[in-house]
Amino acid sequence: MNGLLLLIPVALALGLGGLVTFLWAMQSGQFDDLDGAAGRILFDDPPHPPPPPPSLDRRPS
Amino acid sequence: MSVAALTGARSAAIAAAEARCAHCGERLVSGSGDFCCNGCAAAYRLVEELGLERYYGGRRLDPQIRLPRPPDEPAADAVAFAVTAADGTSSLELMIDGLHCAACVWLIERALAQQSEVIEARVNLTARRLRLAWRGDAALGARLVGLVQRLGYRVLPYDADRAAASAEATERRLLRGMAVAGFAAGNVMLLSVAVWSGVDDMGEATREFLHWVSALIALPAVVYAGEPFFRSAVNALRHGRTNMDVPISIGVTLATCMSLYETIAGRAHTYFESVVMLLFFLLIGRYLDLRARGRARSAAQLLVNLRAQTATVIDAAGGTKRLPAASLAVGDRVLVAAGERIPVDGDIAEGRSSVDNSMIDGESLPAALAPGDKVLAGMLNLAAPLRVTVTATGERSFIAEIARLMEAAEQGRARLVMLADRVARLYAPVVHLLALATFVAWALYGPWQQALFAAVAVLIITCPCALGLAVPVVQVVASGRLMRRGILLKSATALERLAAVDTVVFDKTGTLTLGRLALRADHSYDAASLALAASLAAASRHPLSEALRRASPDAPVLPEVREHQGAGLSAETAEGEVRLGSRAFCGIAAGDDDGSPELWLTRPGKPALRFTFADALRRDASAVVDALIRSGKRVLLLSGDRAPAVALVARQLGIADWRSGLRPEEKCAALHALEDAGARTLMVGDGLNDAAALATAYVSMSPATAADVSQRAADVLFQGAGLGAVTEVLAAARKSGRVIRQNLAFAIAYNALALPLAMLGSVTPLLAALAMSSSSLIVVGNALRLSRGTR
Repeated sequence: MNGLLLLIPVALALGLGGLVTFLWAMQSGQFDDLDGAAGRILFDDPPHPPPPPPSLDRRPS
Repeated sequence: MSVAALTGARSAAIAAAEARCAHCGERLVSGSGDFCCNGCAAAYRLVEELGLERYYGGRRLDPQIRLPRPPDEPAADAVAFAVTAADGTSSLELMIDGLHCAACVWLIERALAQQSEVIEARVNLTARRLRLAWRGDAALGARLVGLVQRLGYRVLPYDADRAAASAEATERRLLRGMAVAGFAAGNVMLLSVAVWSGVDDMGEATREFLHWVSALIALPAVVYAGEPFFRSAVNALRHGRTNMDVPISIGVTLATCMSLYETIAGRAHTYFESVVMLLFFLLIGRYLDLRARGRARSAAQLLVNLRAQTATVIDAAGGTKRLPAASLAVGDRVLVAAGERIPVDGDIAEGRSSVDNSMIDGESLPAALAPGDKVLAGMLNLAAPLRVTVTATGERSFIAEIARLMEAAEQGRARLVMLADRVARLYAPVVHLLALATFVAWALYGPWQQALFAAVAVLIITCPCALGLAVPVVQVVASGRLMRRGILLKSATALERLAAVDTVVFDKTGTLTLGRLALRADHSYDAASLALAASLAAASRHPLSEALRRASPDAPVLPEVREHQGAGLSAETAEGEVRLGSRAFCGIAAGDDDGSPELWLTRPGKPALRFTFADALRRDASAVVDALIRSGKRVLLLSGDRAPAVALVARQLGIADWRSGLRPEEKCAALHALEDAGARTLMVGDGLNDAAALATAYVSMSPATAADVSQRAADVLFQGAGLGAVTEVLAAARKSGRVIRQNLAFAIAYNALALPLAMLGSVTPLLAALAMSSSSLIVVGNALRLSRGTR
C-alpha cells in the first residue's frame, strides 16, 4: 500500500509530463510542417551564421 | 555517403546524359547555352551572388514535378497584405508555388535570412506557405518578396480566409482533446487492470483508493475531451433534432455520474476507463474525418488561387500596367499578348489574331478574329497581340452568367444523406428506447441503482465507437491514397456518390483531348524539314511553334531568327532566307484550306511544306473509355464543338452516344434528362461551358487544368496528363464503399451480440472495455486493408 502511494503519483507525473510536452509541442507549431522538418536536417547551417536577430519570436501567430 | 552527395551524383549523371537547364532542369537544345530562358539565368546568378550554390547539389529532381521557373508575368502586389505592428515590424503570410523539396525551403530561408532587415523567414513545406517578418514598414517588404520571385518561385498573398482558419482551430481543439483523453485512458486503464486482477485478494481500502485516483483523472478528462460532443448534442437538441452525439453525451454523462456514485459508496464496479477510452476512440474518428477533408480542401484551394487573373491595362498616356482583372471597368483598353488568356469580355479594338475558344465552348479549332469582333474572358490569344475594349464586367459578364446557371443547378441537386448518417438517424432513438426499457424492467424488480447500472451498461456497450470510426477511417485511407496519386476529393460525400455511378459523361476538348495543339503526323514532310522548322520555332512562344518544338525537341536552335509579329519567323541561312509562318507570310496562294491550324515552311529551291495541327487525344483516353464500357457503364460524349470534330473523337474512342454543338444550358438539360431516367451520372469536364453541367451531375470530376469555375463546381480534381484517374477513382469508391458497408455491418452485428448481455446486466466493466477496444481495432484494421500495396 505504501509503495502504491509513492508509485502512482510518480507514474501519473511521468504521464502528465508527456501530455504537457505534447501540448507544448503542438502549441509551438512543431506539428505544422512535418514534410519540411524531415528535409531540414539534410542541410547544415552555414559556418558563419548571420548575426542572430535580437527578438526572435518563436510563437505562432 | 550522404543523401546530398547521392543526389548530387544523380544530377551529375543526368547532366552527362543530356543538356538540361542549370537552374530548372528543363531539357535543352544542345549548344544553346546553360539555361532555358533569361529568367533561369538571372535566378542562377542571384543564387550564386548570395553564395547559396549548394542548393543545386542538395535538391532532388523529381521528373514528375515542374521545377521552379521564374514567372514571366509580374505577380499581384502581395505586399498590400502586410501587417505592420506597433513596434515597427511588419509581417506577411505568402503562398509559394514551385516548392518541390527541402532544398527549396533552405534556399528561400537562407536567401531571406541574409537580408539585414529580416527578422523571421520560415517556410512551411506542407502548407506551401512562407511566414515573413521584417523591421520596417510594409513597403520594405516588396524587395523581399521580389527576391523570392527572382529565385524562381511564384508568390501569392495568403489570404487566411475565415473558414480555413476556423477549421484549423477545430482541428487543434480535437487534437488537444485527443491527447488528454489518450493520457487519461492509458492511466485509468492501468489502475483498472490492477483492480480487475486483484478482485479477490485486494483490500477494500486499496480498491477504493484506486477508484478515487481513477475518478480524479477521469473527471477533468471527460469534461475537457467530451466538450465537442456535449456541445454538438446540445445544439442538435435545441433545434429539435437528434444526432450521434446525443447518445454519446448521455452515455458518457450517466456513466461518469454513476461511477462517481459507486466510488463514493465504495462499491466494486466503476466505468471510468470505458468512458475515457470511448472518448479517445471517438475523438480519433472525428480528428481523422476533419483532417482528410481539410487537406484536400486546402490543396484544391491552392490550385484555384494560383490562377488569379491579371490584365495589362493601357492608360491614357499609352503606358501599360498590370492590374487584377477584377478591378477593370467598362471602356478600359486591355493589351493581350500572344499566348495569353483574354482576361475580360470585350470587343477587339486593334489587331488581328486567332483565338482558342476551347475553354468557352469546347471548339477545338482556333477562330480568326478581326477588329470589331467580340471576345470573352477565358479565350486564349494564339497569334498576335490584341487591344481589347472592355464591354462587360462583374454581373453582366459571361462568367457571371455561367455562375448563375451553376447556382441553379446546385439548388436542384438532390441532397445526399450519407450512409453513416442514415444509420445514425435510426440508431439514436433505438438505443435510447432500449436503455429506457432496460431501466424500467430492472426497476420493477429491484433497487433503482441496479436498474441504472444496467441501463448505463447498455448505453456504454452500444456507444457508437466502431460506428464512429467505421466511415472516417475508410475515407482517410482512401482519400490519402488518392491524394498521393494526384486525385483530390473535394467533397466528403464524393466517394459514396461515385460508388453509385452507372453513366459517365465526358466533355471533349480538354478532357478526352489534351486541349493543346499537336503536330499532325502526316507524310507531307520529312524529318530534316521538321527539324529545320523546329529550330526556327524555338525562337517563338506561339502555341504552334511550341507544338513544333514538342514534335522535334532535339533540333538545334538557329541563331538570329527574326519574329514578324502575327505573321511568322524568318532566318538567313547559307542557302538563303527560310520562312516559317502563315500562308500569307510565306507567299502561298489560297487553296486547299481545310480550316485546321497550319504553318508553312519555305526555303529557296524547295517546294513549300505545310504542317497541320490538331488537338490530340489524351494518351490513355481510349483505354479508359474501353475499361468503363467493359465494366458495364454507359459512356456519353457531350461537346460544344462542331459535329465533325466530335464524331471523329467518338469514333476513335468507340463512344456510340455523342452530341455536338451543345450550349452550357443544353448540357445541363441533357444531364437532367439522364437523371430523370434514373441514371447516376459522373460528369467529367473542364471548360467554362461545363461548369453548370458539373454542378448538375450526380457527381463530377475536373482535371487540374480546368477553368477555375469548373474546378469549384467539381467534386473531384485530378492532376496529370492521363484520364486514368476516372477509372481509378471509381475503383477506389467501389472498394471503399464495400469496406464501409463491412464496417457498419460489423459494428451492428457486434451491438446485436453485446446488447442482450448488457440488458441482462451481466456486462462487467472489464467485458465492456474488451468489447469496445476490440471492435474499434477490427474496424480500423479492416479500413487499413485499402492502403495495401500502394507504395
